[in-house]
Amino acid sequence: MSFSIKKEGEIVVVDVEGQLIVGNRQELKQKVLDELERGEKKFLIDFAQTGYIDSSGLGVLVSLSKKIREQGGELRLANLNDDLKTLFELTKLDTLFQISDTRDRALSSF
Amino acid sequence: MAALLSLNAGLRVSLVVEIPSDVAYIERVVDLVRHPCAELAYNPHQLALNVPVALSEALSNAILRGNHEDPAKLVRVRVAVDTRALVVDIEDEGDRFDMDDKTRDATAPENLEREDGRGLFLMRALMDRVERFDANHGGSFGNIVRLTLSRA
Repeated sequence: MSFSIKKEGEIVVVDVEGQLIVGNRQELKQKVLDELERGEKKFLIDFAQTGYIDSSGLGVLVSLSKKIREQGGELRLANLNDDLKTLFELTKLDTLFQISDTRDRALSSF
Repeated sequence: MAALLSLNAGLRVSLVVEIPSDVAYIERVVDLVRHPCAELAYNPHQLALNVPVALSEALSNAILRGNHEDPAKLVRVRVAVDTRALVVDIEDEGDRFDMDDKTRDATAPENLEREDGRGLFLMRALMDRVERFDANHGGSFGNIVRLTLSRA
C-alpha cells in the first residue's frame, strides 16, 4: 500500500494504491496536510488502484475534507469501484463528497 | 465445473491465527481469511467488500479498544468456512462491552461528519450476523466478536 502525490495544474492529485485502513491512514492524512500547509487548496483523491477502505480510512477522508474546507479549499474523489461506491452509500458519505467516475471528469470539475 | 462444485460442497476450512496487538497485522489476516472464501467461490463483492471491511473493523477494535495495543496481549482469530457460510471469531483480552450500546448510526446527520464511530455500524451492515460473547482463555477474560456471513 502506498500513496503518490502529483500536481495536475493547480490540483493536488493523490493516488491510493492498495488499502486505506487503520494501519496507513495517518500517512495519507499527513501527506495531504503537508500540501495544505504549503498553500494548496484543490485536492483530488483517485481510488482507481484501491482495494478496500475501512472506517478509519473513511474517517480520515471526512477529517481531511473538513480541514481543507476550513482553509477555503476543496477535496474531491474519483474512480470508486462498485464496492467502494457501496461503502460510501452505506455510510451516506456519498452525500458529503463530490465523486466523479473518472480522473479527467474530476479534474475538469474544479 | 460441476465436479469441482460437488467437491467444494464437502469442503470445510478451519484456521486459527494469533497476532500481536498491532494493526500492522490486519491486512495479512484479511488475506488469510479471504483466500479460502475465494477458493469456495464466494461472491466477488463479498470478497472485495463484506469480508475485508468487516474483518478489518473487528480486528481493529480488538487491537485498539480491547487490548489497547498492549504488546503482551494477543488477538486470537478462529475461522470456519464452507460453501454455506463464513464464521470468524475475533477474541481480545479487553473489558466487556455492550455492542448495541456502542453501535452508532453513522448515517444520522449529527454523525455524518464525525471522524470515528463507523466501525460497528459497518460490521453489522456488511455481515449477516455480528455477536459478542464473553471469552475465558486460560483464566484471562475478554470479548469474542463473531462475524457470520452466508455465501452468496
